[in-house]
Amino acid sequence: MSTTTPAPAVQELSTETRLGLYASMVLVRTFEEAILREYHADKGPGFDIGKGLVPGEMHLAAGQEPVSAGVCAHLTADDAVTATHRPHHFAIAHGMALRPMAAEIFGRTTGLGRGRGGHMHLFDPDTHFSCSGIIAEGYPPALGMAFAFRSRGTDAIAVAVTGEGAANQGAFHESLNLAALWNLPVVFVVEDNDWGISVPRSASTSIPNNADRAAAYGMPGHRVEGNDVEAVHEAAGRAVARARAGSGPSLIEVHTLRMWGHFEGDAQGYRPDLADVASHDPIPAYEDRLRSAHVLDDATVARVRAQASAQVEDAITFAKDSPEPDPADAALYVFAEEAQS
Amino acid sequence: MTLTDTEQAPQAKGGRRLSTSKAMVEAIAQEMERDESVFYLGEDVGAYGGIFSSTTGLLEQFGPKRIIDTPISETGFIGLAVGAATEGMRPIAELMFADFMGVCLDQIYNHMAKIGYFSGGRVKVPMVLTTAVGGGYSDGGQHSQTLWGTFAHLPGMKVVVPSNPADAKGLMTSAIRDDSPVVYMFHKGIMGLPWMAKNRRSIDLVPEGEYTVPIGKAAVARAGTDVTVVTLSLSVHHVLDVADTLAGEGIDVEVLDLRSVVPLDREAILASVAKTRRLVVVDEDYLSFGLSGEVVAGVVEADPTLLTAVRRVAVPDVPIPYARSLEYAVLPRHDRIEAAIRSVLP
Repeated sequence: MSTTTPAPAVQELSTETRLGLYASMVLVRTFEEAILREYHADKGPGFDIGKGLVPGEMHLAAGQEPVSAGVCAHLTADDAVTATHRPHHFAIAHGMALRPMAAEIFGRTTGLGRGRGGHMHLFDPDTHFSCSGIIAEGYPPALGMAFAFRSRGTDAIAVAVTGEGAANQGAFHESLNLAALWNLPVVFVVEDNDWGISVPRSASTSIPNNADRAAAYGMPGHRVEGNDVEAVHEAAGRAVARARAGSGPSLIEVHTLRMWGHFEGDAQGYRPDLADVASHDPIPAYEDRLRSAHVLDDATVARVRAQASAQVEDAITFAKDSPEPDPADAALYVFAEEAQS
Repeated sequence: MTLTDTEQAPQAKGGRRLSTSKAMVEAIAQEMERDESVFYLGEDVGAYGGIFSSTTGLLEQFGPKRIIDTPISETGFIGLAVGAATEGMRPIAELMFADFMGVCLDQIYNHMAKIGYFSGGRVKVPMVLTTAVGGGYSDGGQHSQTLWGTFAHLPGMKVVVPSNPADAKGLMTSAIRDDSPVVYMFHKGIMGLPWMAKNRRSIDLVPEGEYTVPIGKAAVARAGTDVTVVTLSLSVHHVLDVADTLAGEGIDVEVLDLRSVVPLDREAILASVAKTRRLVVVDEDYLSFGLSGEVVAGVVEADPTLLTAVRRVAVPDVPIPYARSLEYAVLPRHDRIEAAIRSVLP
């Protein structure tokens, strides 16, 4: 047993909760597939990363939906989430509006950051969502959000997400220490997708299980195997409840799956498991499980997918129809007094 | 014995004299009383009162929930301040020495300074990062740098550098109230510390009550007609000393105290240079790629015909050495400043 707290048997969830987890995963995947389509639509002959409707690096989270769905099911819009350079699944699962999110990814004036942030820098005050393109550096601000919530006497919490590669960074360890020392309402989530770009976890991390590191900081740690959304939901439920009750931080590591490249355009030649990846897709697996449990049928699957598709295509259309920022405004918003609203 | 005991001065009308550190602490205390969302965190800021007396007495006044000793963990607690600020609090985070920016620079320049921009102005980061700068007391090359040029080079942070007690109070009040992140850099040599050589002007009149100094406005520390010296922080005092000496020879030096590096008061620089036509920039930061070059370039870009002569006095691109003789050789001190001023005169 390498986890620092025992994993109780997963409780049977309500149909409503299970359908919610399923719908969250489908919405994320639908969004990611649409971004994938638009991203590659016009990269020119060959592949020019700066070309097309969606320029720049693109990090998609297909396969990691069980983590965002399982964790965010316990959150409200009052809770904060700080995510990574691969942020879409957590943004959507936490309730970010798709229109301004898509518009930001397309670099439009109607985007969350009016085109200043891009897909790695999504900031949404409505859902207290933020992310960072710098490995592990999204952890420390989560402490401050938790600090602010506690200072104001609310029971809101902060969830800080990193990948497994980030667990070797100083910011990760400083944050765990400080959160435990000050008993802050934080849930630390590590998405272990086995790969730090091209470097396998075995070549980056001295122990097989980052959840064990929680013990060094005096907090519970738990690793979820199997990329199982209900197991994530269960572990996150305990961690969120503990934080909300004022009992302090927890660490959850989820062994998940990066189905696509580190970024779009990554041929993944370093990856021996590539041929098997599609067969481990967590969404059909969960669909099968819910069908067997008579929670899902064809009609429900069709409805969930149609709703997701309608929402996503609406957001993509909104983004495409929105104006590009005026080049003359590039220096706006460096300082707060330049904000229009 | 306190500083004000030893250097008691005649009271001006309604005024009292404070050391720079006491003026700074007074501003923090007044803002903490006024606004519950203000809190201060850093290393040894509680019972110790700040290594350079930046928080003396605040723990007793406001308690450990608002005056918070942190672990030696700059990335962690400065990042915490960033997150708290995005949620509407107004943290003041102290980086004990500016030289330590390297261990936490990501939180400073990629997070504190950029979140406002990335969010298109929808998220504000109203925090103050205070930090001690400067050498002159043989503390070696990892504890003596000023580095304001580095902070100023990275967009998204205002950078203020007071040179005297009144400005220390007024700029601190403005920094706390500003909705943008502000880096507040205090030179150890102007704080009026009892254990360090101090300039006579490090204890001076400070307005009582709420007092603000606008961020981005330079001050004419001494009006003159023959040469403009643009400077900041401790160097202001060295330049004023030199100006006093030269006045005996009939040389009339104008001294411009920048007070803010970002925004830089380019208009004040131009106005002074337009009058004197001669410019000396005195900067305790490194010479190349920094503040002194920026000041000169700003003048030249605005009007290349304005200047008849220009000199820079800065640290000549070497780490700050330890030995007193070596350190004094590289810092902009009186002899180098005086020589530079004389060299631009006709």
